[in-house]
Amino acid sequence: MSVKVEELVREEHPMEKLLRMDRIPHIWCPTCGLGTTVTALAAALEQLELDLDNVAVVSGIGCTGRVAGYMKLDSFHTTHGRAIPFALGLHIARPDLKVIVFSGDGDLISIGGNHLIHTARRNVDLTVICVNNFIYAMTGGQVAPTTPITARSATSPYGNYEHPFNLPLLAASSGAVYVARWTALHVRRLTTAIKEAITKPGFSFVEVIAPCSTLYARLNKLGSGLDLMKFYHDNSVIRHGADLKEVDIDYQSKIAVGKFIDIEKPTYIDCMNEGGKRAFGDKYKPYGGGNGGN
Amino acid sequence: MEYWRTPLDIDKLKIPRGELHIIKERCKGCGFCVEYCPKGVLKLSEEFNSKGYHPPEAINPDECVNCDLCEMLCPDFAIYCVRIEADEKEVAN
Repeated sequence: MSVKVEELVREEHPMEKLLRMDRIPHIWCPTCGLGTTVTALAAALEQLELDLDNVAVVSGIGCTGRVAGYMKLDSFHTTHGRAIPFALGLHIARPDLKVIVFSGDGDLISIGGNHLIHTARRNVDLTVICVNNFIYAMTGGQVAPTTPITARSATSPYGNYEHPFNLPLLAASSGAVYVARWTALHVRRLTTAIKEAITKPGFSFVEVIAPCSTLYARLNKLGSGLDLMKFYHDNSVIRHGADLKEVDIDYQSKIAVGKFIDIEKPTYIDCMNEGGKRAFGDKYKPYGGGNGGN
Repeated sequence: MEYWRTPLDIDKLKIPRGELHIIKERCKGCGFCVEYCPKGVLKLSEEFNSKGYHPPEAINPDECVNCDLCEMLCPDFAIYCVRIEADEKEVAN
Protein backbone atom coordinates (compact mmCIF):
# COMPACT_ATOMS: atom_id res chain seq x y z
CA MET A 1 0.00 0.00 0.00
CA SER A 2 1.48 3.29 -1.06
CA VAL A 3 -1.23 5.40 0.55
CA LYS A 4 0.20 8.07 2.74
CA VAL A 5 -1.26 7.72 6.21
CA GLU A 6 -1.32 11.43 6.98
CA GLU A 7 -3.27 12.04 3.78
CA LEU A 8 -6.03 9.68 4.82
CA VAL A 9 -6.35 10.91 8.38
CA ARG A 10 -6.48 14.55 7.26
CA GLU A 11 -9.66 15.80 8.84
CA GLU A 12 -9.46 19.43 7.88
CA HIS A 13 -10.78 20.95 4.70
CA PRO A 14 -7.96 21.89 2.26
CA MET A 15 -9.17 25.52 2.17
CA GLU A 16 -8.80 25.87 5.92
CA LYS A 17 -5.32 27.29 5.74
CA LEU A 18 -6.74 30.31 3.87
CA LEU A 19 -9.77 30.81 6.12
CA ARG A 20 -10.17 32.15 9.64
CA MET A 21 -11.79 29.02 11.01
CA ASP A 22 -12.88 30.70 14.26
CA ARG A 23 -15.37 32.67 12.15
CA ILE A 24 -16.70 29.69 10.17
CA PRO A 25 -19.59 28.83 9.73
CA HIS A 26 -20.11 32.10 7.91
CA ILE A 27 -23.32 34.14 8.02
CA TRP A 28 -24.25 33.63 4.35
CA CYS A 29 -27.60 31.98 3.68
CA PRO A 30 -27.97 28.40 2.44
CA THR A 31 -27.60 28.30 -1.40
CA CYS A 32 -25.80 31.67 -1.48
CA GLY A 33 -23.07 31.76 -4.13
CA LEU A 34 -20.56 33.78 -2.12
CA GLY A 35 -18.87 30.81 -0.43
CA THR A 36 -18.23 29.30 -3.86
CA THR A 37 -16.62 32.55 -5.04
CA VAL A 38 -14.39 32.61 -1.94
CA THR A 39 -13.34 29.03 -2.75
CA ALA A 40 -12.44 30.15 -6.28
CA LEU A 41 -10.26 32.96 -4.90
CA ALA A 42 -8.62 30.61 -2.39
CA ALA A 43 -7.97 28.04 -5.14
CA ALA A 44 -6.52 30.74 -7.39
CA LEU A 45 -4.16 31.92 -4.63
CA GLU A 46 -3.14 28.33 -3.94
CA GLN A 47 -2.47 27.54 -7.61
CA LEU A 48 -0.48 30.75 -8.15
CA GLU A 49 1.79 29.71 -5.23
CA LEU A 50 2.09 33.33 -4.10
CA ASP A 51 3.73 34.25 -0.84
CA LEU A 52 0.57 34.80 1.20
CA ASP A 53 2.32 37.45 3.30
CA ASN A 54 2.30 39.62 0.19
CA VAL A 55 -1.40 39.30 -0.58
CA ALA A 56 -4.00 41.66 0.87
CA VAL A 57 -7.78 41.44 0.56
CA VAL A 58 -9.87 44.59 0.96
CA SER A 59 -13.63 44.64 0.99
CA GLY A 60 -16.39 47.09 1.72
CA ILE A 61 -19.81 46.68 3.29
CA GLY A 62 -22.47 44.12 2.48
CA CYS A 63 -22.76 40.39 2.33
CA THR A 64 -19.68 40.24 0.09
CA GLY A 65 -17.90 42.70 2.34
CA ARG A 66 -17.56 40.00 4.96
CA VAL A 67 -15.01 38.15 2.81
CA ALA A 68 -12.18 40.24 4.28
CA GLY A 69 -13.09 38.90 7.72
CA TYR A 70 -13.18 35.28 6.60
CA MET A 71 -9.91 35.10 4.63
CA LYS A 72 -6.77 34.36 6.64
CA LEU A 73 -4.73 36.99 4.83
CA ASP A 74 -3.87 40.59 5.55
CA SER A 75 -7.34 42.00 5.09
CA PHE A 76 -9.29 45.15 5.77
CA HIS A 77 -13.03 45.72 6.06
CA THR A 78 -13.52 49.32 4.99
CA THR A 79 -16.45 51.72 5.23
CA HIS A 80 -19.21 51.55 2.63
CA GLY A 81 -17.96 52.01 -0.92
CA ARG A 82 -14.40 52.85 0.09
CA ALA A 83 -12.74 49.51 -0.56
CA ILE A 84 -11.01 50.77 -3.71
CA PRO A 85 -9.59 54.01 -2.16
CA PHE A 86 -8.16 52.00 0.74
CA ALA A 87 -6.70 49.43 -1.65
CA LEU A 88 -5.26 52.22 -3.81
CA GLY A 89 -3.46 53.72 -0.83
CA LEU A 90 -2.21 50.29 0.21
CA HIS A 91 -0.89 49.62 -3.29
CA ILE A 92 0.86 53.02 -3.58
CA ALA A 93 2.48 52.61 -0.16
CA ARG A 94 3.51 48.98 -0.75
CA PRO A 95 3.77 48.32 -4.51
CA ASP A 96 5.12 44.83 -3.79
CA LEU A 97 1.78 43.69 -2.38
CA LYS A 98 -0.86 41.99 -4.50
CA VAL A 99 -3.99 43.88 -3.49
CA ILE A 100 -7.34 42.22 -4.19
CA VAL A 101 -10.60 44.12 -3.76
CA PHE A 102 -13.44 41.67 -3.13
CA SER A 103 -16.77 43.38 -2.79
CA GLY A 104 -20.34 43.47 -3.99
CA ASP A 105 -22.21 45.40 -6.65
CA GLY A 106 -23.92 47.77 -4.23
CA ASP A 107 -20.63 48.63 -2.59
CA LEU A 108 -18.37 48.93 -5.63
CA ILE A 109 -20.75 50.23 -8.27
CA SER A 110 -23.20 52.52 -6.52
CA ILE A 111 -21.58 54.04 -3.45
CA GLY A 112 -18.04 53.39 -4.64
CA GLY A 113 -18.82 53.96 -8.32
CA ASN A 114 -16.71 57.06 -8.68
CA HIS A 115 -13.73 55.39 -7.05
CA LEU A 116 -14.08 52.45 -9.43
CA ILE A 117 -14.07 54.50 -12.61
CA HIS A 118 -11.21 56.77 -11.56
CA THR A 119 -9.02 53.93 -10.34
CA ALA A 120 -9.69 52.15 -13.63
CA ARG A 121 -8.86 55.36 -15.53
CA ARG A 122 -5.49 55.59 -13.77
CA ASN A 123 -4.90 51.86 -14.37
CA VAL A 124 -3.75 51.21 -10.82
CA ASP A 125 -2.43 47.66 -10.39
CA LEU A 126 -5.40 46.26 -8.44
CA THR A 127 -7.59 43.19 -8.88
CA VAL A 128 -11.26 43.94 -8.36
CA ILE A 129 -13.64 41.00 -7.90
CA CYS A 130 -17.20 42.32 -7.98
CA VAL A 131 -19.85 39.84 -6.89
CA ASN A 132 -23.10 40.86 -8.56
CA ASN A 133 -26.27 39.46 -6.99
CA PHE A 134 -28.52 42.17 -8.53
CA ILE A 135 -29.72 43.51 -5.16
CA TYR A 136 -28.67 45.07 -1.84
CA ALA A 137 -28.92 41.82 0.03
CA MET A 138 -27.68 42.58 3.54
CA THR A 139 -29.95 45.58 4.13
CA GLY A 140 -33.16 43.84 3.09
CA GLY A 141 -33.27 43.69 -0.71
CA GLN A 142 -33.41 47.29 -1.94
CA VAL A 143 -33.04 48.08 -5.63
CA ALA A 144 -29.37 48.26 -6.67
CA PRO A 145 -27.72 49.90 -9.72
CA THR A 146 -27.48 46.42 -11.22
CA THR A 147 -31.11 45.30 -10.66
CA PRO A 148 -32.53 44.40 -14.10
CA ILE A 149 -35.62 46.19 -15.42
CA THR A 150 -38.91 44.55 -14.21
CA ALA A 151 -37.16 42.65 -11.39
CA ARG A 152 -38.86 43.06 -8.03
CA SER A 153 -37.05 44.19 -4.92
CA ALA A 154 -38.07 45.55 -1.52
CA THR A 155 -38.11 49.11 -2.88
CA SER A 156 -39.52 48.20 -6.30
CA PRO A 157 -42.44 45.92 -5.40
CA TYR A 158 -44.11 46.47 -8.81
CA GLY A 159 -40.93 45.88 -10.78
CA ASN A 160 -37.82 47.99 -11.26
CA TYR A 161 -38.01 50.63 -14.00
CA GLU A 162 -34.45 52.00 -13.86
CA HIS A 163 -31.79 51.03 -16.41
CA PRO A 164 -29.07 48.93 -14.76
CA PHE A 165 -25.33 49.30 -15.27
CA ASN A 166 -23.54 47.05 -17.72
CA LEU A 167 -20.53 46.35 -15.50
CA PRO A 168 -18.01 44.98 -18.06
CA LEU A 169 -18.72 47.96 -20.36
CA LEU A 170 -18.36 50.38 -17.43
CA ALA A 171 -15.02 48.90 -16.37
CA ALA A 172 -13.63 48.60 -19.89
CA SER A 173 -14.64 52.08 -20.98
CA SER A 174 -13.12 53.50 -17.79
CA GLY A 175 -9.78 51.93 -18.71
CA ALA A 176 -9.54 48.46 -17.15
CA VAL A 177 -6.99 46.21 -18.88
CA TYR A 178 -8.63 42.91 -17.94
CA VAL A 179 -12.40 42.41 -17.84
CA ALA A 180 -14.10 39.05 -17.39
CA ARG A 181 -17.48 37.83 -16.23
CA TRP A 182 -18.37 34.37 -14.90
CA THR A 183 -21.15 33.02 -12.76
CA ALA A 184 -20.67 31.29 -9.40
CA LEU A 185 -21.35 28.01 -11.18
CA HIS A 186 -18.30 28.31 -13.49
CA VAL A 187 -15.89 27.68 -10.60
CA ARG A 188 -12.94 26.42 -12.62
CA ARG A 189 -13.13 29.14 -15.29
CA LEU A 190 -13.64 31.70 -12.53
CA THR A 191 -10.50 30.42 -10.77
CA THR A 192 -8.55 30.80 -14.03
CA ALA A 193 -9.95 34.31 -14.53
CA ILE A 194 -8.99 35.33 -10.98
CA LYS A 195 -5.50 33.88 -11.55
CA GLU A 196 -5.11 35.88 -14.76
CA ALA A 197 -6.48 39.01 -13.10
CA ILE A 198 -4.05 38.74 -10.18
CA THR A 199 -1.01 38.25 -12.44
CA LYS A 200 -2.08 41.01 -14.87
CA PRO A 201 -0.31 44.33 -14.22
CA GLY A 202 -2.96 47.05 -14.21
CA PHE A 203 -6.60 47.36 -13.23
CA SER A 204 -8.36 44.00 -13.64
CA PHE A 205 -12.08 43.59 -13.13
CA VAL A 206 -13.85 40.25 -12.68
CA GLU A 207 -17.63 40.27 -12.37
CA VAL A 208 -19.12 37.21 -10.68
CA ILE A 209 -22.86 36.61 -11.04
CA ALA A 210 -23.93 34.96 -7.78
CA PRO A 211 -27.34 33.73 -6.62
CA CYS A 212 -29.04 35.51 -3.73
CA SER A 213 -31.59 33.05 -2.44
CA THR A 214 -33.14 34.92 0.48
CA LEU A 215 -33.86 38.21 -1.27
CA TYR A 216 -33.49 38.32 -5.05
CA ALA A 217 -34.81 34.80 -5.65
CA ARG A 218 -37.54 35.03 -3.00
CA LEU A 219 -38.87 38.47 -4.01
CA ASN A 220 -38.94 37.42 -7.67
CA LYS A 221 -40.31 33.93 -6.94
CA LEU A 222 -37.36 32.25 -8.66
CA GLY A 223 -37.00 29.40 -6.18
CA SER A 224 -33.78 28.80 -4.26
CA GLY A 225 -30.17 29.56 -5.07
CA LEU A 226 -29.91 26.06 -6.51
CA ASP A 227 -32.64 26.95 -9.02
CA LEU A 228 -30.67 30.07 -9.95
CA MET A 229 -27.55 27.90 -10.40
CA LYS A 230 -29.56 25.68 -12.76
CA PHE A 231 -30.71 28.84 -14.56
CA TYR A 232 -27.05 29.91 -15.00
CA HIS A 233 -26.24 26.42 -16.27
CA ASP A 234 -28.93 26.64 -18.96
CA ASN A 235 -28.62 30.32 -19.87
CA SER A 236 -24.91 31.22 -19.74
CA VAL A 237 -23.36 31.79 -23.15
CA ILE A 238 -19.56 31.84 -23.35
CA ARG A 239 -18.57 34.71 -25.63
CA HIS A 240 -14.90 35.58 -25.25
CA GLY A 241 -14.05 39.02 -26.62
CA ALA A 242 -17.71 39.90 -27.15
CA ASP A 243 -18.85 43.41 -28.04
CA LEU A 244 -19.40 44.84 -24.57
CA LYS A 245 -22.43 46.87 -25.63
CA GLU A 246 -24.25 43.57 -26.07
CA VAL A 247 -23.39 41.91 -22.75
CA ASP A 248 -25.91 43.72 -20.56
CA ILE A 249 -28.20 41.51 -18.48
CA ASP A 250 -31.98 41.78 -18.71
CA TYR A 251 -34.33 40.13 -16.24
CA GLN A 252 -33.87 36.34 -16.59
CA SER A 253 -32.18 36.79 -19.97
CA LYS A 254 -29.20 34.93 -21.42
CA ILE A 255 -26.00 35.82 -19.56
CA ALA A 256 -22.94 36.42 -21.75
CA VAL A 257 -19.86 35.22 -19.84
CA GLY A 258 -16.20 35.04 -20.79
CA LYS A 259 -13.01 37.04 -20.95
CA PHE A 260 -13.96 40.26 -22.68
CA ILE A 261 -10.87 42.47 -22.46
CA ASP A 262 -7.19 41.56 -22.04
CA ILE A 263 -4.92 44.38 -23.20
CA GLU A 264 -1.55 45.84 -22.20
CA LYS A 265 -1.26 49.38 -20.87
CA PRO A 266 1.30 51.09 -18.60
CA THR A 267 0.17 51.07 -14.97
CA TYR A 268 -0.23 54.08 -12.68
CA ILE A 269 3.23 53.73 -11.10
CA ASP A 270 4.86 53.26 -14.53
CA CYS A 271 3.16 56.44 -15.77
CA MET A 272 4.15 58.30 -12.60
CA ASN A 273 7.80 57.35 -13.06
CA GLU A 274 7.68 58.27 -16.73
CA GLY A 275 6.13 61.65 -15.93
CA GLY A 276 8.72 62.30 -13.23
CA LYS A 277 11.57 61.43 -15.60
CA ARG A 278 10.10 63.66 -18.29
CA ALA A 279 9.88 66.61 -15.91
CA PHE A 280 13.07 66.22 -13.84
CA GLY A 281 15.36 64.09 -15.99
CA ASP A 282 18.13 62.28 -14.13
CA LYS A 283 17.30 64.02 -10.86
CA TYR A 284 14.12 61.96 -10.56
CA LYS A 285 14.39 58.81 -8.47
CA PRO A 286 11.86 56.24 -9.72
CA TYR A 287 9.33 54.95 -7.19
CA GLY A 288 8.53 51.31 -6.53
CA GLY A 289 11.83 49.58 -7.15
CA GLY A 290 12.39 51.20 -10.53
CA ASN A 291 10.19 48.84 -12.51
CA GLY A 292 6.84 50.14 -11.38
CA GLY A 293 6.61 47.72 -8.51
CA ASN A 294 5.21 44.90 -10.56
CA MET B 1 -16.87 4.14 -21.64
CA GLU B 2 -16.59 4.28 -25.42
CA TYR B 3 -14.08 6.38 -27.29
CA TRP B 4 -14.40 7.58 -30.87
CA ARG B 5 -10.65 6.96 -31.09
CA THR B 6 -8.57 4.93 -28.67
CA PRO B 7 -6.24 7.33 -26.84
CA LEU B 8 -2.58 6.68 -27.70
CA ASP B 9 -1.55 6.71 -24.05
CA ILE B 10 -4.35 4.46 -22.85
CA ASP B 11 -1.94 2.08 -21.02
CA LYS B 12 -0.68 4.97 -18.92
CA LEU B 13 -4.11 6.41 -18.09
CA LYS B 14 -5.71 5.52 -14.80
CA ILE B 15 -9.15 6.32 -13.45
CA PRO B 16 -8.54 8.48 -10.38
CA ARG B 17 -10.15 7.48 -7.12
CA GLY B 18 -11.22 9.84 -4.40
CA GLU B 19 -12.31 9.44 -0.84
CA LEU B 20 -15.11 11.78 0.20
CA HIS B 21 -15.04 13.63 3.48
CA ILE B 22 -18.25 15.36 4.53
CA ILE B 23 -18.14 17.74 7.49
CA LYS B 24 -21.79 17.31 8.42
CA GLU B 25 -22.00 19.95 11.12
CA ARG B 26 -20.86 22.68 8.75
CA CYS B 27 -23.32 21.79 5.95
CA LYS B 28 -26.32 24.03 5.23
CA GLY B 29 -28.03 21.54 2.92
CA CYS B 30 -27.88 23.68 -0.24
CA GLY B 31 -27.62 20.64 -2.53
CA PHE B 32 -24.99 22.08 -4.93
CA CYS B 33 -22.76 19.01 -4.51
CA VAL B 34 -25.67 16.62 -5.01
CA GLU B 35 -26.87 18.42 -8.15
CA TYR B 36 -23.51 18.82 -9.86
CA CYS B 37 -21.61 15.63 -8.93
CA PRO B 38 -20.84 14.24 -12.41
CA LYS B 39 -20.89 10.65 -11.14
CA GLY B 40 -24.06 10.90 -9.05
CA VAL B 41 -22.25 9.86 -5.88
CA LEU B 42 -24.18 12.03 -3.45
CA LYS B 43 -27.71 12.37 -2.18
CA LEU B 44 -29.24 14.50 0.59
CA SER B 45 -29.65 12.25 3.61
CA GLU B 46 -32.68 11.91 5.87
CA GLU B 47 -30.68 12.70 8.99
CA PHE B 48 -30.43 16.18 10.50
CA ASN B 49 -27.33 17.96 11.72
CA SER B 50 -27.48 20.11 14.84
CA LYS B 51 -28.56 23.16 12.79
CA GLY B 52 -31.49 21.25 11.30
CA TYR B 53 -30.16 20.83 7.77
CA HIS B 54 -29.90 17.58 5.81
CA PRO B 55 -26.21 16.98 4.99
CA PRO B 56 -25.38 14.89 1.89
CA GLU B 57 -24.35 11.27 2.10
CA ALA B 58 -22.41 9.17 -0.38
CA ILE B 59 -24.71 6.55 -1.91
CA ASN B 60 -22.02 4.97 -4.08
CA PRO B 61 -18.67 6.25 -2.81
CA ASP B 62 -16.69 3.89 -5.06
CA GLU B 63 -17.73 5.94 -8.08
CA CYS B 64 -15.91 9.09 -6.85
CA VAL B 65 -13.17 10.08 -9.32
CA ASN B 66 -11.69 12.91 -7.22
CA CYS B 67 -12.80 15.66 -9.62
CA ASP B 68 -13.06 18.10 -6.68
CA LEU B 69 -16.17 19.77 -8.13
CA CYS B 70 -18.12 19.30 -4.88
CA GLU B 71 -15.21 20.82 -2.97
CA MET B 72 -15.11 23.83 -5.32
CA LEU B 73 -18.88 24.37 -5.37
CA CYS B 74 -19.62 23.91 -1.68
CA PRO B 75 -20.31 27.40 -0.27
CA ASP B 76 -19.78 26.22 3.29
CA PHE B 77 -16.39 24.44 3.00
CA ALA B 78 -18.10 21.27 4.23
CA ILE B 79 -17.04 18.62 1.69
CA TYR B 80 -13.72 17.61 0.16
CA CYS B 81 -12.05 14.72 -1.64
CA VAL B 82 -8.74 13.07 -0.96
CA ARG B 83 -7.06 11.18 -3.79
CA ILE B 84 -6.37 7.50 -3.15
CA GLU B 85 -3.63 6.49 -5.57
CA ALA B 86 -3.54 2.86 -4.46
CA ASP B 87 -7.09 2.18 -5.65
CA GLU B 88 -6.73 3.57 -9.15
CA LYS B 89 -7.94 1.29 -11.90
CA GLU B 90 -6.65 0.82 -15.42
CA VAL B 91 -8.80 2.32 -18.15
CA ALA B 92 -10.76 -0.46 -19.84
CA ASN B 93 -10.00 -0.62 -23.54
